[in-house]
Amino acid sequence: MSTEEQNVSSVNLQRRKILTGATGVVGATGATFLAVPFVSSWQPSEKAKAAGAPVNADVSQLQPGQMLTVSWRGKPVWVVRRTPEMVSGLAPLEGELRDPASEESEQPEYCQNPSRAINSEFLVVVGICTHLGCAPLYRPAIGSPDVGADWQGGFFCPCHGSRFDLAGRVFQSVPAPTNLEIPPHHYLSDSIIRIGEEATEGEA
Amino acid sequence: MSDFKKSDSQVKQGTLLAWFDKRYPLVSTWNEHVGEYYAPKNFNFWYFFGSLALIVLVNQFVTGIWLTMSYKPSALEAFNSVEYIMRDVEWGWLIRYMHSTGASAFFIVIYLHMTRGLLYGSYKEPRELVWIIGMLLFLVLMAEAFMGYLLPWGQMSYWGAQVIISLFGAIPLIGPDLALWVRGDFVISDATLNRFFALHVIALPMVLLILVFMHIVALHQVGSNNPDGIEIKKVKNAHGLPMDGIPFHPYYSVKDSMGAVFFMVIFAAVLFYMPEGGGYFIEPPNFEPANPLKTPDHIAPVWYFTPFYAILRAIPDKFLGVVAMGAAIAVLFAMPWLDRCKVKSIRYRGMSFKILLTVLIVSFVVLGWLGTQPSTPELTKLAQIFTALYFMFFLVLPFTSKYEKTKPVPERVQ
Repeated sequence: MSTEEQNVSSVNLQRRKILTGATGVVGATGATFLAVPFVSSWQPSEKAKAAGAPVNADVSQLQPGQMLTVSWRGKPVWVVRRTPEMVSGLAPLEGELRDPASEESEQPEYCQNPSRAINSEFLVVVGICTHLGCAPLYRPAIGSPDVGADWQGGFFCPCHGSRFDLAGRVFQSVPAPTNLEIPPHHYLSDSIIRIGEEATEGEA
Repeated sequence: MSDFKKSDSQVKQGTLLAWFDKRYPLVSTWNEHVGEYYAPKNFNFWYFFGSLALIVLVNQFVTGIWLTMSYKPSALEAFNSVEYIMRDVEWGWLIRYMHSTGASAFFIVIYLHMTRGLLYGSYKEPRELVWIIGMLLFLVLMAEAFMGYLLPWGQMSYWGAQVIISLFGAIPLIGPDLALWVRGDFVISDATLNRFFALHVIALPMVLLILVFMHIVALHQVGSNNPDGIEIKKVKNAHGLPMDGIPFHPYYSVKDSMGAVFFMVIFAAVLFYMPEGGGYFIEPPNFEPANPLKTPDHIAPVWYFTPFYAILRAIPDKFLGVVAMGAAIAVLFAMPWLDRCKVKSIRYRGMSFKILLTVLIVSFVVLGWLGTQPSTPELTKLAQIFTALYFMFFLVLPFTSKYEKTKPVPERVQ
C-alpha cells in the first residue's frame, strides 16, 4: 500500500468535500458584501447630487428666435424664444419625425404636447443629443445646405449628424433614437423660468 | 520547455551566483525564458514587434510615472497642469510628448504585431491562449488609452469621453444607470477625471503587466511560431534541442536590439519633428480647455480607435451600432476557431485566404480613415460597405478555410 492510498483511506473525503464547499459559499458571500462599498463608491456623491439644484433662467432680454444656454447639473439647458412662424412650422414636419407625439421620449407630462412646452413661445430643452451625448448646434436659419436641402430650422448634432426640429423632436433615419429631453421646469413669473423642479401646489 | 533544459546546473559552487541560485531559481528561469529558449531560426522583420511592444510599454511606464509628479487630476487644474508640464517643468515637454507619442506608437506596434499573427496563423493550435491573452491585452490597452486621453481635460478629451461613456447608455434596461455609475456624475466631471486617473495610473497598468507576463509564459510553453508556420519542436537533435531553433539569447536578443535601435530612430524623428502627429496623435481641439456646454464642430477619436468608431457610426441605430462595434473586437477572440485550415502560414495557404485577409486589412484601414472624417451621407454609405466587408471576413472564413486548397508545408525550415 503506497502512502497516498493510506492517506485516502484515513480521510473522510465526503466530509472534507462538504466542509470545502461550505467554506467556499461563506467566503463568496463575504466577498460579495465586501464588494458593496467598492461598487457603491462609484455612484454620484452627495456633493454631485446637491449640484443638481434648480436654476433660474431670466428670459426678459431674449429676442424672438434667440437662444439662451444655462447650466443645470453641469448640462447645457437651452431656452429658445420661438417666433410664431417657428411654432406654426412644427406641425407640417410631423410626417418626417420618428416620435412626433413624444411618446417614446423623456419630458414632463405638461410638455407632451405638439410644441413640447408649457408656453409654446419658450422651448426649454436639455442640450444633449440622445444619441451619444454631444451638444447639438442651434441652426434656426431655413435652408442650410450642409444640414439638409429642405431644412426648416432646428438643432443639428455635429458628432453623428442627428437632426431635431425646433421642438427638439428627432427626424427619421438619424442615429439619435428619441427626442431631446425636456427638463422639469415652471414659470416663477412671465420672464423667469425655474429649471430642475416641478411647480408646487398653488403656483401657476 | 522542460524538455530543453539541461540536466545539471552549470553554476560554479562557492560563488555569489550559486548563493542566490540556491534561494531563487535564477539560472533555471533565465535559461527557460532567455538563454535556452529556442526560437525558430527564420524570424523576419514581423517578429520585431513583440519586443518593440515591450519597449514602448517601458517607455509609457517611465514617462507616465514622471508625468504624475507634475500633473493634477482635478477638473479645475488638469488642463493648466499639462500646460505647466509643457512650458515650465524642466524637460517636461519631452517627457509629455514621449508619453503621448508613445501611446500612438504603442498602437502602431500592436496593430502590426496582430497582423503578423494573422499572416502566419500564430493564433492556431497550440497557440490559442497566446492569442486570447493578447486580445485581452489589446482590450485593456484600449481602455488604458481611452482613460489617458481624458486626463489633459481638453475639448476632445471631454467630448470623446462623453461619447464613449454614453455608449454604455445604449444597453437596454441597465444602460443609463451604468453610464451614470461609470461617470459618477450626471455629466463628465471632476469625479470622472479623478477616477479615470486612478484607473489609468494604477489599476490598468497592473492588469497590463500581469497579462504581458501571462502572454510570454503562454508563448514559452508552446514555443514561437514562424513565417513558415512549421512546428520546430517536431524535429530535434540528439540533445533534445529543436534542429531549426536557435537560443533567444544571444541570437534574438541581438537581432531585437537592432530592431529597437531602428524603431527608436523613427520614434525620435516623430517625437522631435511632429509630436502631435499632424493632429492625429493629439487633436487640435484638445489645446482648448474642456467646455461642458459646447461640443467641438467635428469630433473624432484618436486615430487608433477610428476603425471601430466608423463601424459605430455606420449603423443608423444607437443600440445596434454599439453592438456592431463590440462585435468587431469580440469576433477577433474567436479567430482560432473560425479559421479551420490546418496550414498556418499564408505562404502555403490558398488564394481564398489571401483575398479574404487583404479585404480585412483594406477594410480596417479604410474604416480607420472614415472614422476621422465628418459624417456625410456618402461617407456613411462607404462606411456601411466596409463594415460589411470587415464582418464578411469572419463569416466567410469558416467555410472557405475548411476546403482551402493549400500548398504542401515543408518538414523543416529551409
